[in-house]
Amino acid sequence: MDRRTVIKQFAATAGALAAGGVSPLALAQGSGPIKVGILHSLSGTMAISETSLKDVALMTIEEINAKGGVMGRKLEPVVVDPASNWPLFAEKARGLIAQDKVSVVFGCWTSVSRKSVLPVFKELNSLLFYPVQYEGEELEKNVFYTGAAPNQQAIPAVEYLMSKDGGGAKRFVLLGTDYVYPRTTNKILRAFLHSKGVKDSDIDEVYTPFGHADYQTIVANIKKFAAGGKTAVVSTINGDSNVPFYKELGNAGLKATDVPVVAFSVGEEELRGVDTKPLVGHLAAWNYFQSIKNANNAAFIAKWRAYAKAKNLPNAATVVTNDPMEATYIGIHMWKQAVEAAKTTDVEKVIAAMGGQTFDAPCGFKVTMDKTNHHLHKPVFIGEIKADGQFNVVWKTKGPVRAQPWSPFIAGNEDKQKI
Amino acid sequence: MSSPTHDPAVLAAIPVRPSRESFAPPRARLFPPIVWAGVLVVAALLAVLPLLNLVFPAGHALHISAFTIALLGKFMCYAIAALALDLVWGYTGILSLGHGLFFALGGYAHGMYLMRATAAAQGADRLPDFMNFLDWKAYPWFWSFTDHFPYAMLLVVLAPGLLALVFGFFAFRSRIKGVYFSIITQALTFAAMLLFFRNETGFGGNNGFTDFREILGFSITAPGTKAALYLLTLAILLGALVFARGLTQSKLGRVLTGIRDGETRLMFVGYDPHWFKLFIWTVSAVLCGIAGALYVPQVGIINPGEMSPANSIEMVIWVATGGRGTLIGPIIGAGVVNGLKTWFTGVFPEFWLYALGLIFVLVTLFLPRGIVGLVLMLRERLQARRAA
Amino acid sequence: MHFLFSLIRLLARLMAVVSDAWRRQVSSASGVLRPIAGLVLACALLAVVPQHAHAATATPIPQTLLAPLAADDTDERLAGIAALGELASPAAAAVLDALGSDRLFATESGRILIQDAQGAVSDPETGETLALPEDASSISINNRLRVGIANALAAQQILTGDVPTRLAAVRSLQRDVDPERAPLLRKALEQEKDPQIIALLRLALANIDLVSEDSATRLSAAQALANATDAGVKTVLAARLVKEADGSYVEPDASVRAAVRIALHRLDIHLSRIEWLGNLFYGASLGSVLLLAALGLAITFGLMGIINMAHGELLMIGAYATYVVQYLFRQFAPGFTDWYLLAALPVAFAASALVGMALERSVIRWLYGRPLETLLATWGISLILMQGVRSLFGAQNVEVGNPSWMSGSMVVLDGLVLPYNRLVIIGFSLAVVVLVWVLLNRTRLGLFVRAVTQNRRMASCVGVPTGRVDMLTFGLGSGIAGLGGVALSQLGNVGPDLGQAYIVDSFMVVVLGGVGQLAGTVIAAIGLGEINKFLEPYSGAVMAKITILVLIVLFIQKRPQGLFALKGRSVE
Repeated sequence: MDRRTVIKQFAATAGALAAGGVSPLALAQGSGPIKVGILHSLSGTMAISETSLKDVALMTIEEINAKGGVMGRKLEPVVVDPASNWPLFAEKARGLIAQDKVSVVFGCWTSVSRKSVLPVFKELNSLLFYPVQYEGEELEKNVFYTGAAPNQQAIPAVEYLMSKDGGGAKRFVLLGTDYVYPRTTNKILRAFLHSKGVKDSDIDEVYTPFGHADYQTIVANIKKFAAGGKTAVVSTINGDSNVPFYKELGNAGLKATDVPVVAFSVGEEELRGVDTKPLVGHLAAWNYFQSIKNANNAAFIAKWRAYAKAKNLPNAATVVTNDPMEATYIGIHMWKQAVEAAKTTDVEKVIAAMGGQTFDAPCGFKVTMDKTNHHLHKPVFIGEIKADGQFNVVWKTKGPVRAQPWSPFIAGNEDKQKI
Repeated sequence: MSSPTHDPAVLAAIPVRPSRESFAPPRARLFPPIVWAGVLVVAALLAVLPLLNLVFPAGHALHISAFTIALLGKFMCYAIAALALDLVWGYTGILSLGHGLFFALGGYAHGMYLMRATAAAQGADRLPDFMNFLDWKAYPWFWSFTDHFPYAMLLVVLAPGLLALVFGFFAFRSRIKGVYFSIITQALTFAAMLLFFRNETGFGGNNGFTDFREILGFSITAPGTKAALYLLTLAILLGALVFARGLTQSKLGRVLTGIRDGETRLMFVGYDPHWFKLFIWTVSAVLCGIAGALYVPQVGIINPGEMSPANSIEMVIWVATGGRGTLIGPIIGAGVVNGLKTWFTGVFPEFWLYALGLIFVLVTLFLPRGIVGLVLMLRERLQARRAA
Repeated sequence: MHFLFSLIRLLARLMAVVSDAWRRQVSSASGVLRPIAGLVLACALLAVVPQHAHAATATPIPQTLLAPLAADDTDERLAGIAALGELASPAAAAVLDALGSDRLFATESGRILIQDAQGAVSDPETGETLALPEDASSISINNRLRVGIANALAAQQILTGDVPTRLAAVRSLQRDVDPERAPLLRKALEQEKDPQIIALLRLALANIDLVSEDSATRLSAAQALANATDAGVKTVLAARLVKEADGSYVEPDASVRAAVRIALHRLDIHLSRIEWLGNLFYGASLGSVLLLAALGLAITFGLMGIINMAHGELLMIGAYATYVVQYLFRQFAPGFTDWYLLAALPVAFAASALVGMALERSVIRWLYGRPLETLLATWGISLILMQGVRSLFGAQNVEVGNPSWMSGSMVVLDGLVLPYNRLVIIGFSLAVVVLVWVLLNRTRLGLFVRAVTQNRRMASCVGVPTGRVDMLTFGLGSGIAGLGGVALSQLGNVGPDLGQAYIVDSFMVVVLGGVGQLAGTVIAAIGLGEINKFLEPYSGAVMAKITILVLIVLFIQKRPQGLFALKGRSVE
């Protein structure tokens, strides 16, 4: 993990400059490295998902620096560990912006962490790139969302489950971790299911706390619920709770052909800790899978593998790529492009220059940052787990889908549909 | 010596009621002068800091950043909590591993008012976000009246106070002591944490309360408001110190130390420790709650993680490091340990837990009376050397 | 009384079925792969003799029949699978099996190639072996195709194959109420000898007959289904009782409706009985985990009266020791990885015991008589241990896999699923309890330990080396925690925070059970596990846990010394 000697450097510089009467803020405009903050949990329940994002961010920054940096200036990453502790996220964010004077922060995974840091970014007018799929119902000037909104992940997944190919599910178990993302997503999904004629008696909502490890009763209840009709499970379980859940699922013999489970927060990285042989056939919905075959993705995967080996990351031989990693990669590149277009790292100007940025993403499509709604146009893929822990794409959209941050399925969003 | 007389006339002449004061030890001063001096100097220094923040612009040599002001405000809230814990542990010998619960309850009570203010600022009849995604249409019954500041302040005192009263009444009545008591306070705070983590409980679940906009009409992020909160915290800290000192120097305080040093003996002498323990326990809980209420607007977020057993145990180490049973000690301890924490997690994040663990071990093994004890020991050595 | 007898009868049946199942060695693979696995077995048996003449005797399958398998449209592919199924040849079965296991390849030109389990690639039509071409990609399938493959293979296996294969085939066909299956099922019924499979075949046929045109057939089907035990049958039965928009039932005949109602009622009773037994099992499983976690703490607390806050970290050290042993086995003895657990047990015990004894000698010894300080000091140690493990192994979780003999589950009593890993852990925790009992009651060390627990001063006077006994007991308690860590590594995540999740629970068990006897800890642990799991279906996992914590706090108020207190005279 990178040591932060930044405070010492900055204090010395600030002191010297203050004596000379020069504001250190002027540094941001001129020459010298551009500081970039990385705010991901490196310990705690979310470390299983977020640690790789920190490494991908560092890899991307290294790649950009090797090509000459941004506007000729090198990027200097500042890494902090908020340890899956939401108030600590806010404190670290404040430290990054106010003390380290970073120009942009790439970070957060859970919606709780994002909601905790939001007031800080608004107050100090800084910039956050958020790379993870989330529940929508948010559109902040200071945030760019490079992950999926519900209409780019959750809704297509449930539509697939209801289709013949997906198993023709009539009953749904909405199983999630107890916080804002699963709650809001399930609210949207419930309204969507109502619109498709599914009754409340055919929908079961269950929540478990972060870090929950005993899923025996829940899996038994899923089996019982499934006796009433063809059932599918929509899982918004987050963090390392997924490992005991999938273990229990596998051991209880709940096969994907009987009760398919589609997860929104389980990707190649989370499956590394699980024996995937009993899980073959269960699903995940993302905007990217490692198994997608194209030249861009092959290059991305190769770069990542080489980086992992060079930096001696744990289990470097079996590293995988996943959607939030791709989103981090896209986000950093798009920010670089916006800064070069605006010719400054000033937040207001960069925000203005972000709209319309495009990038040839590893998913095989050219993704675009929408001009007004701060979200990416992304394609949707649905994949089935294979025995080797990779995903087999069983359904995909023809091209990128525009995000609807304000879901039409939530009351009160009628006048926000134009956004 | 003459033999005792049985002559009624002689006996009647002896005054029968000696004054109580003559049996009581001499009334101690609140603080020795040197300690007063130290306290006042430090308080003055701390009070000046927000002025430095407001008066000088950023970049100036004498400017204190808002970040530092908020940090020091947080430390002072912790100091009040440590003080509260010292009352029960240092003076009464009750080790509570669940004081974080009272701290958090006070914080939540204040937070309810702040959330109401934020929601109201966004539009009349708007509910906080977490109630929106639960599909609630109105505030639950325990949220009623929390949009009135005085009621919220009353709740800050009542919520931890009533809980402490009820819990303490039953716990002390069954004479649970020592390690068992500590374990059940830990269980209590753990159960409360699990309860508050549930979104259905109605306190924001995992999100907690965040995104406060204004307090009593003032913007919460304005430097002026931050300075005011900081000074208020300082004032309450000083007030609590004086109050606690007065309490412990009184006769009540003597009984408390008696409970700590030999409860059975005290019972045989004729005191019922139950009510004394209950009293100090409730007072301590209320003080902790007030500390929590001051903490929330300065830090800007409260979350059930504040109720975790680890947090409460950390509070205990502040008191132990500073020196329990001294009142000044816990304040120093809170400042030192949290200062170290902030420094370590900034510069050497992976070593912070080693340092904290070492503090725990070294303080319990080698510094049973904490930093204050160390200072006193050094002073005694110096005096002994001078006398020799 | 009646309830007690029926419970004993149930247990007897349970044991009979368990031993039956062990005898038959029901495989642990998933149901979809089971028929495929069975077929592979059958194929292997068939193929063993004519190994070298494999290419010559295998029936060639024309590429035209194989081409639909790589098509885009799922319906087309399903038709192709069904056609292959009808061929009823071992070669067709091999193709279907390969398709299900990602071993069927399609080249750019549309040629389909099959790869066998050893990795040799061949063309199913000509039989020639070749190397896998560069442009060949594996044909992927989805769940719908998996069902199709399973049905096609089951249709073959129901007539051929050995008993477990046929059983699995019937089970997988039970869900499929396609009337076209009926002739196949009837044919299988005619030649079937095994009574269990006959019963299942009858039920499968009854499923189909329930929607036949003739009401008498429907009536007999509904009566037959009264013996059904599969939850899926409930859907089929309930569908007959659905009221249409005009008020009439889907099932026109009233007597059939009555029979369906009876069948539903009996099925419901069966399912709720299974559920109840399931909860009992889950509670026992959770209780066994709590027991392993708390046993070590009970010993040290009972002996020395100190609460060791680093106990959770001793659990964690045991779990990490298991990870290290697994890693070493994978590196140096890959053939024996399945048995790493047996090697991990002594290693974990030793590792935790050593750490515990070091702790006792270095820190706790100086704090005797000061339980509250010991609490704080051990908490500090726990932080150091956690951070140490983080620095050594990384902050993220590490992967500890279940050995194959602990993966999967067994099904008893027609529906109760008992995962092997939990069964093993229940057995293991009982073994540990017996071991500790023997140690405490039949060895010299145990005698010393009990003596020091009852009266330290007196024991010292009589010549018991209390210092050494303390150290050894602490080592024993820590070692047991290490064993608990091994068990935890098999159930959940292994990370630096593993201990934190169990520390409060361990305390509750110890405080509830009291420190007088081992029985206290056992009863407290199992009791808490059962109560938790019986509350959970009603109140959810979190409220169940909160309720239990509150109940314990209230119980302790009434009886501070716990369930089994140490008898003796003392004021406190």
